[in-house]
Amino acid sequence: MIELDGLTKRFGNKLAVDHLSFRVRPGMVTGFLGPNGAGKSTTMRMMLDLDNPTSGSVRIDGRRYRDLQEPLTHIGALLDAKSMHGGRSAYNNLLCLAQSNRIPASRVSHVLDTVGLSAVANKKSKGFSLGMGQRLGIAAALLGDPEILMFDEPVNGLDPEGIHWIRNLMKALAAEGRTIFVSSHLMSEMALTADHLVVIGQGRLLADTSMADFIHENSRSYVRVRSPERERLRDLLHAEGIVAVDSADGTLEIDGGAPERVGELAAEHRLVLHELSSQRASLEDAFMQMTAGTVEYHAHSEQDGAQPPPVGPHWGDTWNSGTDPGTGTGTGTGPGTGTDTGTGSGSGDTTKGA
Amino acid sequence: MAAVPAVLNSEWTKIRTVSSTIWTLIAAFVVTVAMGAALSALLNSQFDDLPAAERATFDPTYVGFSGMVLGQLAMVVFGVLVVGTEYSSGMIRTSLAAVPQRGSLLFSKIAVAGVLALLVGLATSFVTFFLSQALLGDHRTGIGSENVLRAVFGGGLYMGLIAVFSMGVATMLRSSMLSLGILMPFFFLVSGILSAVPGAKTVARYFPDQAGSKIMQVVPDAMNSNPAPYGPWGGLGIMALWVIAALAGGYLVLKKRDA
Repeated sequence: MIELDGLTKRFGNKLAVDHLSFRVRPGMVTGFLGPNGAGKSTTMRMMLDLDNPTSGSVRIDGRRYRDLQEPLTHIGALLDAKSMHGGRSAYNNLLCLAQSNRIPASRVSHVLDTVGLSAVANKKSKGFSLGMGQRLGIAAALLGDPEILMFDEPVNGLDPEGIHWIRNLMKALAAEGRTIFVSSHLMSEMALTADHLVVIGQGRLLADTSMADFIHENSRSYVRVRSPERERLRDLLHAEGIVAVDSADGTLEIDGGAPERVGELAAEHRLVLHELSSQRASLEDAFMQMTAGTVEYHAHSEQDGAQPPPVGPHWGDTWNSGTDPGTGTGTGTGPGTGTDTGTGSGSGDTTKGA
Repeated sequence: MAAVPAVLNSEWTKIRTVSSTIWTLIAAFVVTVAMGAALSALLNSQFDDLPAAERATFDPTYVGFSGMVLGQLAMVVFGVLVVGTEYSSGMIRTSLAAVPQRGSLLFSKIAVAGVLALLVGLATSFVTFFLSQALLGDHRTGIGSENVLRAVFGGGLYMGLIAVFSMGVATMLRSSMLSLGILMPFFFLVSGILSAVPGAKTVARYFPDQAGSKIMQVVPDAMNSNPAPYGPWGGLGIMALWVIAALAGGYLVLKKRDA
């Protein structure tokens, strides 16, 4: 169990972490989600007593980190892929860590085997690829067989096989009753591994909820209809009191509508439909809506760039305007929404024709 | 609290498993011995050409330690790298996560590296002495002569203290490059130049290397060097104060700053 109480970190006049309070519970994977620069790494460094909080506190099983006896046997952490001495072999890098916490040297070979680095145990770690460095960091985290494990962006630099492996590893460790805390800036990654979600933006807590609740609350469902007689269809729906919105690709979208009702209506009036499907916005979109106002570094889409420069606004003016959560971003409203990969929330069943 | 013996053990593993340790220490040994030997041989053959003042204050022990000017630089590199690579590699965060008691981590590291530097320094110092005396021919002195053992033992202490001073500076600056960029020119050039400039001389003799190297002189004001208002042990004491100051500064920085 990790408890954060009013954790705050100020760098100069920038508030990197702003009164964060939450708990990370055992027996599950807790995802720590936020855009780049949201304060995830700073928070994790404060959890390990590497950075001093401006105010607030972190308790690991009720104790401060610095008061832990042999901390590696309580909590293991992967922070950066490269946090080992490159001139030392993988085995020796882990050996000196093991010795400082009186962990038997046999554990070193054991964890190197677990992460699949046995073959390069005696190679200098500076020759390691990013993925191998990541695995070495994970081995270091596992070294003391701790009850709490913390991973900062663990899938960075891993190949698909490695990503699959780390997901399963985290789930297996959680199933053993351990506390797993893993950060990511990718909602799609979290949707596959996390049971619980803590979302932060600009250092503030935006959500602390179970994954199931998050999906339930944030995935907007709507019905998409495509018809050659779009105007007639719209009038028809309007007459029935159903609001349909034009979407970018010439289809109509009905928020929270039932596809059955639309289908019956079309059949009654002998209206040709080319598509009728129920859709769910991806969790990635939900995450993006939630953090829209807090994103630190915005990329500007090419579309914006192609348009003639608008009169008033300067670069950065849009930073805090965000997206109106009410309208919803739907699917494919622009490059800014990024990877719309269908994050396991179910993209809906498509019923074609009429 | 992580147990101190465990941390010492861990720091010893860290030091013996990187190749920079062995190379810098071998360099310190070889450079000091070889340069001392070469100068001793040279002075032996050209003793009669020396100015009268230098002949009068001829100090065979101190001549043997001439190589220390360069050899100490290798000790500086050793001291800086022991601490600095923790920062340049990012290992410091891993190390502090394993040993969150920052004082224990720092002083265990410095104890292990300091003792190693001291042992190598003593070996260097004794080998240098015997080899250079053998090459000095008629002008040699013996280890049994007055104050000679103190000077030879002091040479080892000097090398150890230079290394520990460098560790303290590197902990304060948290960077190998920055520390080397300041310490190398300082010990190689600045300190020597200032001690020859009339006005700066009085200040420069309190620099760590200028004060500390007095311990290696057997003859007062040997080889016509600058007279100092302190004796050999006084000089080493001044150097020790510098070392303590560097360590205290390093400890405060490590304690206060985010890793």
